[in-house]
Amino acid sequence: MAAQSATASCSGLRSALPLLAPAYLWLTVAIFLPLSAMVFFSFMTDLPLTGKPWAFTLGNYAAFFSQSLYLTLLLASLRLGLEVTLWCIVIGYPAAYVLAKVLKGRSREAIFLLVILPFWSNGLVRIFSWAMVLREGGILDTALNAVLPFKINIDLMYSYPAVIIGLVHSYVPYMVLTCYLTLQAIDDSLIEAGRSLGASRLQVLKRVIIPLSMPGLVAGAALIFVPVVGSFMEPRILGGRTGTFYGTVIEDQFVAVFNWPLGAALSFILLAVVLVILALASPVLRRAA
Amino acid sequence: MAGVQVSNVSRSFGAHKALDDVSIDFADGGFYALLGPSGSGKTTLLRQIAGFDFPDTGRISIGGESVERVPVEKRRIGMVFQNYALFPNMSVADNVAFGLSVRGEAKAMIAAEVQRALDLVQLGKLGGRRPHQLSGGQRQRVALARAIVTKPRVLLLDEPLGALDKALRVDMQIELKRIQREIGITTIFVTHDQEEALTMSDRIGILRDGRLVQEGPPEEIYDRPKSEFAATFLGDANIFRGDSTGNGIRLPDGTAIAAGAGDRLAAGAKASCAVRPERIRIGIDAGALDGDANMLKGQVSKRIFAGNNSTYFVERAGQTLKVIVQNTGADRLAEGQDVVLRWSPESTVLIATS
Repeated sequence: MAAQSATASCSGLRSALPLLAPAYLWLTVAIFLPLSAMVFFSFMTDLPLTGKPWAFTLGNYAAFFSQSLYLTLLLASLRLGLEVTLWCIVIGYPAAYVLAKVLKGRSREAIFLLVILPFWSNGLVRIFSWAMVLREGGILDTALNAVLPFKINIDLMYSYPAVIIGLVHSYVPYMVLTCYLTLQAIDDSLIEAGRSLGASRLQVLKRVIIPLSMPGLVAGAALIFVPVVGSFMEPRILGGRTGTFYGTVIEDQFVAVFNWPLGAALSFILLAVVLVILALASPVLRRAA
Repeated sequence: MAGVQVSNVSRSFGAHKALDDVSIDFADGGFYALLGPSGSGKTTLLRQIAGFDFPDTGRISIGGESVERVPVEKRRIGMVFQNYALFPNMSVADNVAFGLSVRGEAKAMIAAEVQRALDLVQLGKLGGRRPHQLSGGQRQRVALARAIVTKPRVLLLDEPLGALDKALRVDMQIELKRIQREIGITTIFVTHDQEEALTMSDRIGILRDGRLVQEGPPEEIYDRPKSEFAATFLGDANIFRGDSTGNGIRLPDGTAIAAGAGDRLAAGAKASCAVRPERIRIGIDAGALDGDANMLKGQVSKRIFAGNNSTYFVERAGQTLKVIVQNTGADRLAEGQDVVLRWSPESTVLIATS
């Protein structure tokens, strides 16, 4: 019996192989091999490419624990990830709700397009556009001073809020999309049933809509939190000197200091931390979902 | 419990008049069916009573209290949806408890009421299940328990049995009727199934194109339809069209059809007569069918045998008439046979045509 089902699943796998092969081949070449090389680098004293002698070491990982700076930066990055994720929920969830439950037809398509638009523009262009908006004498400053009767100075450039604004702008579409998909799947009659039973709109939201859209919120949060913790472009350009985070330090190791082994080691520590956080959160999130 | 009064309610969506000056009085404790084809406005009317949508003009009151601008959550109604609309993220018991718990009732009181409601719908042991673990009929019962546990003033049902298969539907009809009697709640249910409307309700309202065509007890609507539409939508009817003779009509070929003594219309006006297929007697010669005033001759074009009865389709002057004959063991008529049809004036309803 067991042998039979084993052969059955075996033949199932064989027929699925042509379909699976391209994806796995691509993943092997494009991700697994470079990543393996990085794991290898992270245990080396120096890059073999430079021609200097090298040896295996755990020193790169030890560096993280011997200097409190790295831990401080990692915590700052985790906080950044948390804040950006929360802002994305605050901004993205209501938008997704309106898209899924209020708007219909052409207006829904139009608003949807506006949400997707940041995805289609170049990331660097997006960030430099924000720089033009946020700096002193920039678009926001000029516009506010043109409207307001008193003089104010808006210079958000090179600040923590600027980093948050840039990151939220880049990542909010993920939250809108994942929440939209789960919200759209909620039958309107469930909302009506809740209200017919005497629940206010807020009670229906709290007890029916949010629990049912939790999978979308969780997926969106995971999609946003992980890359934001490792982000370096927005912090560097919009944050300036205040924009030193774990991600920018890793970037420095690769492009400025040319200490690839340390950069690789720091990356894998980040990966491990993120995986631990997701693993710890998953029972809670699964119950919520 | 309370009665519901709908007075002169109209509702338009753009240029489409979904409800056009509808007035119905739903008495306290009654079981009402709103019957009509799709697009007739029956669901729109139910949603106005529920409070999901407000009328453009007109009044709605529940238990004498004017509610036409009161939102649904404040109307104290119970509603059962066509697709049941059970909350998939909650257990059966939590679904039923929802209405009580949003009101902030005490936990012990909620548990007792939920158990009572589940017992009433004979699902006392399934409180811990999830909706997706239940059959269609069971989900229907949970939806009903959830709707009545809050002790609403009115119970509204939107095609509640539409998604069930035939045998289960008949069971649920009986069950629904039993529960309604037991708690004595005013019940309004929307259906397009005429049989369901006939067997379950104390009164039926027939809607068409947003207007109330006729309203009354099922027997009255079936026996005394006031329009061709009511006659043909609720049950089957043979319709004859001609000119009124005062107490009947004259067909274009000169044949007179007499209607019941109570039916009177001004002579000369366009009018029609409706006759139910089971009221017509059919035979080979007129003598054997003595007694009834109305008589037509025709030819059997088709016979459909259904066990307890047979339906004959009889061609007469370009019109196909339908006759249903109980299976009494008498000889059946062959297709192509020339036949005589007879029926009494009392079985004929005179209808004014506009």
